[in-house]
Amino acid sequence: MTNQPRHSPDASHAGHSGGSIRHSAVVHHDRGEVEAVQDALEAAMTRCGYSKASLFAVRLSFQEGIANAFNHGHKNLPPHTPAIVEFAVSPDEVMIAIEDQGPGFKPDAVADCTLDENLEVPRGRGVMLIRAYMHEVRYNDKGNRVEMFFRAKPPASA
Amino acid sequence: MPSESRLRIRKQDSVVQIEFIDRNILDEGNIQMISEEIARLIDAEAAPKLLISFANVDHLSSAALGALITINNKIRQKNGQLRLASIDPQIYEVFVITRLNKLFQIHESVDDAIKSFG
Repeated sequence: MTNQPRHSPDASHAGHSGGSIRHSAVVHHDRGEVEAVQDALEAAMTRCGYSKASLFAVRLSFQEGIANAFNHGHKNLPPHTPAIVEFAVSPDEVMIAIEDQGPGFKPDAVADCTLDENLEVPRGRGVMLIRAYMHEVRYNDKGNRVEMFFRAKPPASA
Repeated sequence: MPSESRLRIRKQDSVVQIEFIDRNILDEGNIQMISEEIARLIDAEAAPKLLISFANVDHLSSAALGALITINNKIRQKNGQLRLASIDPQIYEVFVITRLNKLFQIHESVDDAIKSFG
């Protein structure tokens, strides 16, 4: 495959489909496996012409999504429990989906970390950073799968 | 002091100046090591004056922000002072989005930060 990442974790798939560079991987809580997917994601974005600022936004959101999956979603699960990570990159849009095997959470129930009374609380900023840097963020009903979308340009006005 | 320090540390007058070796402060393992190392520096001072420079840093995560908040809380418990300096505009935006630019004293340069200590 022409779009094979330079290192793929086990059970990962990469390829072209419908004009997008697609990749899916089973990822454990392992720095090397996470970085391999991140490298493949950034290589695809670079190939599609995304700016450094776009890469910054997507890298931050990807890292926060991964941290939420393993630190919160898998908090009470065995340490080897994997998450599923998928991405699709086209010149117009980057989609990242991260699905953990935890019980799920209610994203709207996360306390607003920007309130004065919460500024000194050291946790709880990941979800808001993803919302700030991505154009659209969706959770499934269970709350164990997040899909985030970064768009190269705003939609053309009608 | 652990052999694989992730920090460059020097003390000038009464100010402990800290720089990160890593360009990316994303990995939880690294962040924990950094936090523990800075906690030891705080413990070693009666009223710590810490200056953390982000001159080499390209990326940080919410876990790194959390570590900075914990460091700030520890320093305040000892009536010390924390200053942050040389933050890249993209990273400064993360502080603005989270409103942590209101919690921390952030200076454009290390020199400005040094002058600001009381």
